[in-house]
Amino acid sequence: MSDEHSHVDDTRSAGQGHGHAAPGEQEADAKANVGKAVGIYATGLLLAGILTAASFWAAGSHAIFGPAVPAALIALAVAQMGVHLVFFLHITTGPDNTNNVLALAFGVLIVALVLVGSLWIMRHLDHNLMPMSSVMDMQR
Amino acid sequence: MSAATDAPSAPTRGDRPEGRHGDPNRLGHGTVPISEQGPAPKRIVVAYGFWIFLLSDFVMFSGFFAAYAVLVGATAGGPTGADVFELPLVAAETVLLLLSSFACGLAGVATVQRSTRWFQVAMAATAVLGAGFLACELYEFTHLIGEGAGPGRSAFLSAFFALVGCHGVHVTIGLIWLTTMMAQVRAKGFRDDILRRIACFSLFWHALDIIWVALFTVVYLMGAGGA
Repeated sequence: MSDEHSHVDDTRSAGQGHGHAAPGEQEADAKANVGKAVGIYATGLLLAGILTAASFWAAGSHAIFGPAVPAALIALAVAQMGVHLVFFLHITTGPDNTNNVLALAFGVLIVALVLVGSLWIMRHLDHNLMPMSSVMDMQR
Repeated sequence: MSAATDAPSAPTRGDRPEGRHGDPNRLGHGTVPISEQGPAPKRIVVAYGFWIFLLSDFVMFSGFFAAYAVLVGATAGGPTGADVFELPLVAAETVLLLLSSFACGLAGVATVQRSTRWFQVAMAATAVLGAGFLACELYEFTHLIGEGAGPGRSAFLSAFFALVGCHGVHVTIGLIWLTTMMAQVRAKGFRDDILRRIACFSLFWHALDIIWVALFTVVYLMGAGGA
């Protein structure tokens, strides 16, 4: 009986029924239309390609003020991750995606805490520690 | 159970014109209250659970990224990133992995259309491109170790090999999973459980590409810039 149930559920098209979409699942109209479904991936590939090319260009050229290059690279990377999430993983802002977006937001929060926290703490530790050579001098 | 299966076919209340078009995402959940709709379909529960796993994988990678960022200057007199990174090779890796992700997306489209032939073609392309990426990475690693810039040379290189190697291990596992899925579709067809596994695999493969975007930006582009 439970097998039959899951079979009925799985043949149901996306966006109907429970008002939820599985992560990675396309919208119903894109599912029915091969051209549209492929077009979504092609759009994502094009945008990601442009952003990648821009990243490599920004790192190699001197057109951007030197100290601003890392900021530009991070901005481009965040944009490209967004493109991947929307066009490849189909995480959208639609109401059927609320659970997926909330989980993603929590993940981003933890990632940010780990990254910023580590860098912050280690920079202060590094700054406050005595250089190794003076430690050696004191031990003589 | 009958409430769950009948929910989508239940007629919307009344004949108001906004019944269908005014609520395309069924925020009002039709006539069945949300508490009476039963559990979500297995397809959604499985993919959501795998999404949670992927996010926890991102959190694990953030630890490796943090270690790398802290140790990037600890070269112990050895080579820096600007000395050892070859950007043309990294660009080739990026293109291979991006195209691989695209091919994986096409395999997903073929799955929705239940086209076994196109699924196998797209998955084979995904595998070849992914293997090409791994080959580039293996070449880079052996080249570095041959030059005496192995993971034991400095804390910077330890963190580098751990971070990039961890991503490479993920790609290797993905390749094994990928070939398993090709075999399963060949042997069992597009059964419901196979469809769920394909959905999880494509999530995994696209997520690896997201990690690689962070990786080539933070490690290679920022490192090679001599910043």
